Amino acid sequence: MTETNDQPLLVAEGLGKLYGGRVGCVDVSFALWPGEVLAIVGESGSGKSTLLKCLSMQLEASSGRVRYRLRDGRTAALDELSEAERRFLMRTDWGFVHQDPRDGLRMGVSAGANIGERLMAVGERHYGRIRGAALDWLDRVEIEADRIDDSPLAYSGGMRQRLQIARNLVTGPRLVFMDEPTGGLDVSVQARLLDLMRRLTHGSGLSAVVVTHDLAVARLLSSRMMVMQGGRVIESGLTDQVLEDPQEPYTQLLVSSVLQV
Amino acid sequence: MAPLLEITNLRKTFRLHIQGGVEIPVFDGLELTLSRGEVLAVTGPSGTGKSSLLKLIYGTYRAGAGRIAVRHRGSVIDIATATPRLIGEIRRHTIGSVTQFLRAIPRVPTLDIVAEPLLERGEDAGKAKARAGALLERLAIPPRLWHLSPVTFSGGEQQRVNIARGFAATAPILLLDEPTASLDPANRERVLGMISEASAEGTAIIGIFHDAAARNQVATRTFALTGPG
Repeated sequence: MTETNDQPLLVAEGLGKLYGGRVGCVDVSFALWPGEVLAIVGESGSGKSTLLKCLSMQLEASSGRVRYRLRDGRTAALDELSEAERRFLMRTDWGFVHQDPRDGLRMGVSAGANIGERLMAVGERHYGRIRGAALDWLDRVEIEADRIDDSPLAYSGGMRQRLQIARNLVTGPRLVFMDEPTGGLDVSVQARLLDLMRRLTHGSGLSAVVVTHDLAVARLLSSRMMVMQGGRVIESGLTDQVLEDPQEPYTQLLVSSVLQV
Repeated sequence: MAPLLEITNLRKTFRLHIQGGVEIPVFDGLELTLSRGEVLAVTGPSGTGKSSLLKLIYGTYRAGAGRIAVRHRGSVIDIATATPRLIGEIRRHTIGSVTQFLRAIPRVPTLDIVAEPLLERGEDAGKAKARAGALLERLAIPPRLWHLSPVTFSGGEQQRVNIARGFAATAPILLLDEPTASLDPANRERVLGMISEASAEGTAIIGIFHDAAARNQVATRTFALTGPG
C-alpha cells in the first residue's frame, strides 16, 4: 500500500464567489492532503484572498462546495455542518494567520492571554496549564518568557506575527490558513518567520494553505502551488514545476518578473 | 532484471509566451534505460538539454510527449503523467537529487538541511541527524559549522552540503547535476568515492560531469545528447 491511498483533508469542488456581478473566484477545484503546504499565488485582485475566505468559511461561496475530513474520520460538506461542528473547526481544528496581526490578535489583552484564550475557548480552565502552554508557545516562536504579560501593542511587527502564529497553533490545529503571512515585514524578520513556519509544518502532519504574492516565500514554504488570474486557477502543480517550467503565459510573466539578487 | 527507469519517445519543447511565443526544442524521441548499479554519464555541449533531462526525470519539467517509467515501490509509474502528490512520494522514496545550487531558508542550520530528506521519510530525528553528521564529516565540513546556516558558506562548502543532503536518504535512483564542479581535488575524490560506493550498493545514478577525468573514473556508460538537429 502506498501513501497515496489515504484520504484528502480538504476538497474544494467548483468553488466560486460573486460580489454582485463582479467575479471573486470561479470554479476552483483541488484537494489538500495531510501534511501538504499549498501556496496560492497571483497578483492583487486575482481572487486568492476571496478563495481563502471561502475555503475557511469566512465568506459564503456562491457556488460549489468544500468538503473536510473531520477528526472522527468522517468527511462532511462545510455548509452542512452543525453549529457546534463549525465552532470546533474555527476555534480548534483550524488556524487563521492574517496579514495584519491586529486582525488575528486581541490588542487589548496580554500576549499570554492571547494564547490562553484559544485554549479557554475549548474548555481549558486550569490557570497553571494555560500559563504553561502560553510560555511553551512563546518559546517555540522565539519570544522571551518575560514578555508574556506585555500587550501586543508593545511588540514589533515581526513579534506580533509570531504571537499570532502561537495563538493559532496552541490548540493543535490540523489546518492553517495564512493570508500574506510575511507581507509588510522586513526581509530579515521574514526569514525568521519563514524558518519558524517551515519548522512548524515540516514533518508535523500540519497542512496549510498560504496565500502570497511573494514567489520566493511560496518556493521555500510550499510543496504545491496554484496560480490565480481573474478569479480562476490557471495553472497548478508541484511548486518547483510551476516556478521552473511554467506553462501559461501569465505564469511565465510572473516568474520572469521576479528580481534576482 | 527489469530496468529501474525506462524513458521512451520523450519530447521537451519550451514555449516562451512572453517572447512572442518562440519555441525552443530541447529533444524529441529520446530513449534511455537505467538499471541497478549503473552510473550513466550524460554528455553533450552546453544547451543540449543535460540538466533538462535530469529535471524531466525528477518531475520538475513537464514532458511534451513520451513516457518516463520509474519502478516505485513495486509498481511502474510514468512521471510524465503522475499527479504532483505521487511525484512528491517518488521523490521521498525512489529518486534522490543533487542540484548544482543549494536552496535554503536563511537561518536553518546545515545539519537540519542535510537531515531533512530523512525526516520527510519519517525517520527518527536522532538517527537522521547522526547520519547527516556522518556525511558532513566525510565531506570535510567541520562540526563547528553544522549549526550555522550554509547561506554564508563558500561555493565549494555549499556544494558539499548539497551533496550530503542528496546522499542522506538512500534511494534506488540518484540524479547528480555537476556534483564535483566547484570542489578541490581532495573533496572531488571524496565525492567520487561516495558515488562509486552508492553504485556498488545498487543505486542507479545519472550524472552530468563536466570534468572528463571524474566522468571516466565513475561512469559505467555514457549517453550523448547532441541537441535538436
